[in-house]
Amino acid sequence: MSGRARWALGWLAGLHAIVLAAGFLAPYPYDEQHREAAYAAPMGVHWSWSKPFGPYVYGSADQPGQRFAVRFLVHGRLFGVDPPGLIFLLGSDGYGRDEFSRVLYGGQVSLLTGLLAAALALALGVALGTAAGYFGGWVDGLLMRSGELVMAAPWLYLLLGVRALLPLHISAVETFGLLIAIIGGVGWVRPARVVRGVVLGARESGYVEAARGFGAGPWHVIRRHILPATLPVTATQATVLIPQYILAEVALSFLGFGVGEPVPSWGNMLSEARQYHSLLEHPWLLAPGLAAIPILLGYLTLADALADGGEG
Amino acid sequence: MRYVARRIAHGLLLLAAVSVVSFLFAKLAPGDFYSELRTDPRISTGAIEGMREQAGLRRSWAAQYGEWARSVAKGDFGYSLTYGGPVAPILWERMRATLLLTGTATLAAWLLALPLGVWNAAVRGTWKETAARAGMAGLIVMPDLLLAILFLLLAVRTGWFPAGGMRSAGFEEMSGGRRAADLAWHLALPAGVLALGMLPGLVRHVRSAVASAMDAPFAEAARAHGVGRRRRLFRHVLPAAAGPLVSLFGLSLGTLLSASLLVEVVMGWPGLGPLFLNALMERDVAVALAVGLFSAALLVAGNLIADLLLMGFDPRVRAQ
Repeated sequence: MSGRARWALGWLAGLHAIVLAAGFLAPYPYDEQHREAAYAAPMGVHWSWSKPFGPYVYGSADQPGQRFAVRFLVHGRLFGVDPPGLIFLLGSDGYGRDEFSRVLYGGQVSLLTGLLAAALALALGVALGTAAGYFGGWVDGLLMRSGELVMAAPWLYLLLGVRALLPLHISAVETFGLLIAIIGGVGWVRPARVVRGVVLGARESGYVEAARGFGAGPWHVIRRHILPATLPVTATQATVLIPQYILAEVALSFLGFGVGEPVPSWGNMLSEARQYHSLLEHPWLLAPGLAAIPILLGYLTLADALADGGEG
Repeated sequence: MRYVARRIAHGLLLLAAVSVVSFLFAKLAPGDFYSELRTDPRISTGAIEGMREQAGLRRSWAAQYGEWARSVAKGDFGYSLTYGGPVAPILWERMRATLLLTGTATLAAWLLALPLGVWNAAVRGTWKETAARAGMAGLIVMPDLLLAILFLLLAVRTGWFPAGGMRSAGFEEMSGGRRAADLAWHLALPAGVLALGMLPGLVRHVRSAVASAMDAPFAEAARAHGVGRRRRLFRHVLPAAAGPLVSLFGLSLGTLLSASLLVEVVMGWPGLGPLFLNALMERDVAVALAVGLFSAALLVAGNLIADLLLMGFDPRVRAQ
């Protein structure tokens, strides 16, 4: 693995760790409302050299000039301020919920959807692609024809259509599972085609011929000789699919077919930005969209590094 | 000619299969247009059942599909329960809007991508390439959705562009030229977002296709024969690079239509996307099916055109 790929992996691991640690890093639970402080602007953290020494934030408009010291490691969270003070590093939304906390918690939903959906799509794709490539004949025909059917509609139309078939008003956890199943279940075609191509090549190679000549059964050949050959393309596919599926979750939730309130995801948080009048006055509501950029950058760099290296 | 006929037949068969599968799925979905009425206390359950009966929703699926397919063949595309009429007139209007948007965006993206990609291929290995790559990477990591929202904000803040929609008030009274100008003014931002979204991928592919054609022996030979730069590019390198690019056009259509859906929704462009969303929310099955089928038809037609173009460009395909 090249140096660039290692850097990208480390970067992604760091970002995922931050999002994973939302429960510790976020000063508030994702659904804690402070209605009196709706649409608060992002707060600057100031530093005091006199007593009380250390960082502090100013109180809201009805607490003019009042200072609240930022306290660390209280109530099992990294930082926070004592009530009635509030700390909104990225401002707050219409319910007075902390945008910073919600971006972190929302990342858990969006990133996990991307990862799990990609895992599902890859598992299906490798299994079906291997079957199609190795056995050929009607198995191949059936799988490739159904793949064509899936690819016949633009993916977002397909995802929306499939999502809308299923019950709309269900709990956040059920929706989460459903999204993963839909995005992953629809996404098998691309990896399956790529894997099939590799398997077709590997099946004719000398070492597979030899293994078969020694009397190895199909399962043994697939497990020991074919699947390892598909690993590099599977890795490349993963770096392409995961960011795509993160964006798919964002798109679906943005359009109102994803995880619902009060559970945050980057998509449903952005849907608040659909009212552009509100967004003009509260531009910090764009934060969840911007949060996706470093993640996408990491995956892009990783995909590039893998492609440049020829294989993983 | 056999090849063309086979490709067309294949596309039509695929669309027929899509129509059957999507119809079945739509029927499997829980709830229908009338189940939303159940919450209305003024309408009795019996009345709702009566309406279902009248709308023909209680017959066998095969009979319903047959009727729907006849309606599609007649050009009505079913009966919309929300709009209270055949789907076709709405559908054509929305389809025109989507085609205008995606067509303009595609044209703009290719017009930008071709020179950029050729230039990138020409400056390979210099600092210019690194700079160009960084710029493109900046565009790739920008989600289309975010770009659309940012452009919309820009439009509202500066007032240079309209905040969404396709026409100004009083469009009907305008003269032909003013109408076109008004449309172009509304089109600029959504088409710009789509084009910028497509650009990095296109540039990358143009670059690699042109680069591999530049390094090919025939290009070397042309240079050795003293063929000039410009002629070499237009007569030798670009035609050789056209094949992969044409297939790319077909492959990127699905992504384009999906991105278009998001942009249409954010920017209030009256295309197929918003129509599809509303139909899904209101369980207007006829509209949803028609839009789904149309989006698939656009995709299949685009791929078909790409295949035919490829045949025009690449003698190897013709020989098959």
